[in-house]
Amino acid sequence: MATSTKRDNGVAEVHDAQQGREPPAIRLAGLWREFGERIALQDVSLELAHGDSLVVIGPNGSGKTTLLRVLATLLRPSGGDVAVLGARLPREAWRARGRIGYVGHEPLLYRDLTVSENLRFHATLYGIQAPERRIDELLERVGMSRRAGELTRNLSAGMAQRAAVCRAVLHEPELLLLDEPSAHLDPEASELIAPLIAAGAGRTCVTVTHDFRAGLAAGGRALALGHGGWAVYSGPAEGLSASDAEAIYRGALR
Amino acid sequence: MRALGAILVKDLRVELRTLESVPGMVLFAVTTFVIFRFGLDRTSLDGSLAAGVLLATVLFAAILAVNRIFVAERDQGGLDAIRLAPVDANALLAAKVAALVVYLVILEAIAVPIFAVFFLDEWSALAPLALVLLLADLGLAATGALVSSLATGSRARDLLVPLVLLPLIVAAAAAAEPLLAAGAPEYDEVATWLAVLGLYDVVFLLVGYGVFDFVLED
Amino acid sequence: MRGLRTLSAATVATVVAGFALVFFYAPLDADQGFIQKIFYLHVPLAIAALVGFMVAAVHAIRHLRTNDPVHDARSYVSIHISVIFGVAVLVTGSIWARASWGKWWVWDEPTLVSFLIVFLLYATYYPLRYAIEDRDRQARYASVFAITAGAFVPLNFLAVRLAESLLHPRVFATAEGGMPGSMWLTFGVSLLGIGLLWLTLVRFELVAKDTSAQLSRLRRALEGSPRPVPAGGESRPSTPQPAPDLQANRAV
Repeated sequence: MATSTKRDNGVAEVHDAQQGREPPAIRLAGLWREFGERIALQDVSLELAHGDSLVVIGPNGSGKTTLLRVLATLLRPSGGDVAVLGARLPREAWRARGRIGYVGHEPLLYRDLTVSENLRFHATLYGIQAPERRIDELLERVGMSRRAGELTRNLSAGMAQRAAVCRAVLHEPELLLLDEPSAHLDPEASELIAPLIAAGAGRTCVTVTHDFRAGLAAGGRALALGHGGWAVYSGPAEGLSASDAEAIYRGALR
Repeated sequence: MRALGAILVKDLRVELRTLESVPGMVLFAVTTFVIFRFGLDRTSLDGSLAAGVLLATVLFAAILAVNRIFVAERDQGGLDAIRLAPVDANALLAAKVAALVVYLVILEAIAVPIFAVFFLDEWSALAPLALVLLLADLGLAATGALVSSLATGSRARDLLVPLVLLPLIVAAAAAAEPLLAAGAPEYDEVATWLAVLGLYDVVFLLVGYGVFDFVLED
Repeated sequence: MRGLRTLSAATVATVVAGFALVFFYAPLDADQGFIQKIFYLHVPLAIAALVGFMVAAVHAIRHLRTNDPVHDARSYVSIHISVIFGVAVLVTGSIWARASWGKWWVWDEPTLVSFLIVFLLYATYYPLRYAIEDRDRQARYASVFAITAGAFVPLNFLAVRLAESLLHPRVFATAEGGMPGSMWLTFGVSLLGIGLLWLTLVRFELVAKDTSAQLSRLRRALEGSPRPVPAGGESRPSTPQPAPDLQANRAV
């Protein structure tokens, strides 16, 4: 099983350097990923510049979560060229780790530790010295200061999600990967976490969301995946109308 | 190193809070002693028989902990969290090995005196036990952590761990037994067995170090 | 696979020669009689199986390094044939034990005991593999297992040999001080024959697996599932085209 095609993406990077451009935060060329017989992603290509945001939409089973996990270096690509934060995957995954923040379907917190114990544990993993102030500040911003000493297993899904967002941004990552970050969150909580997960200088964002109207309205770039994991649309968010997006969801455009 | 320490502290803290592994191991060991008392129809043991009963009991009790050592990581997303972080995969393995050693030492600290009270007529042979048990614990932990990482990802986890672990452990048990049984050891013999046990530990720690990256990747 | 026919022919020839030597040439053992001759089957089988396990470990290392399923297949088949040989080792060992000591199993023979342990270990290879559903992970974990078990085999023999007493008849060192030349020759030919048999069986099974894999690939291609061909073939997957109204919006 090959892990990359014969094409050498290094040429593109040299070209960038010659033109004085820094390499993009994410560059995918023909990414495909299979699980045994099932193909989750096929021939996905896109480029995302630093500081930009990407919204990923698609029906269930279109490979959105798989794509995010590949970008997070949690899954190896089965083929194609993948470069995240300048690191070619899967060989150079270690170079990108530590600069990526990931919010997945699971909060990735230990149920038998308190919220602050969990965050301190993650701070140590990322080598953050004296994380107390940062942890307190983050918990304050998501409105969880009073719940810091509670065991994670006693939190509601919404609370756990807020804690997960804190975990993901604790180390101030350059690339933030969010898999339906507002799931389980009421509108107030969504507003609380919004500034923490926004794209901007020094922060690139990839968001998977089912709320495609909001996602497309936010601007940036959009990727629409169809059943079978291939890119139906890849380009600026303005280029994809809401009705087309809806059709993709209904599977009319495959 | 700091990652190893952090993961180990985290595991010990969780164990202290949930008391999932160690009390079960101790209870299992003591009950097994009682079973041996009736199974062998003996009220006192010495020499090889004592060593064998103690070793077998510790081995089977250890399986209880080995079964669980990676479960929390898999179920609660700990594996993802650790793989995301800029942390060497081997730090995770080393932390799990260390945690298993801690659990085994606690188990033996409680179970061996009980064993002595139940079965041994004289306690003088107990002191050199400590080193032997420690070496055996290290081998058991190194093998157990590796096997557990393989089995936790599979369907028949609880069954696979003992099936795969026990044959692997036989070599270490075979080396530990004469060391435990020896009342008045001859020094060259003891040295051979200690060397074998030590060799076992080194080999399995190295093997784990070499292959664990492949166990974690996806 | 090239050379399979030659290999099979060589195997048959050597095995037949070995049998001939065993029955007609090798000396009859004074103590144990005719049944001692099972030694010429038992020991080569054991050596072949153990070497086979080591070979499987080497293939497993190459599989982890290159991620090429060919090495995984070789590792799997090596273990498979070695385990089958292992059953034969235990059976012939039991027969030999019966002939030598009157019991169907003896713990005194360290090689037999260590072999039993190794066999018990490798027998878990199959439940381990089939308990993991994800094919990639299954192959990877199987390789990790093969390497760990391969490291274990020499350790195990060392430990058990030390543990057991040496008061059993060891054919390699008789009271007269060593095997006579005729025994060495017979043993050598038997060993060669069994070794070739191992190789042939492994090759046969690999060919069979390869053929059935090709068959299922062809079947899938005929059924028309859009499965991309991995690197080596540059054919693109037959992805469906996007609807026309989106084409105008594409501004990649």
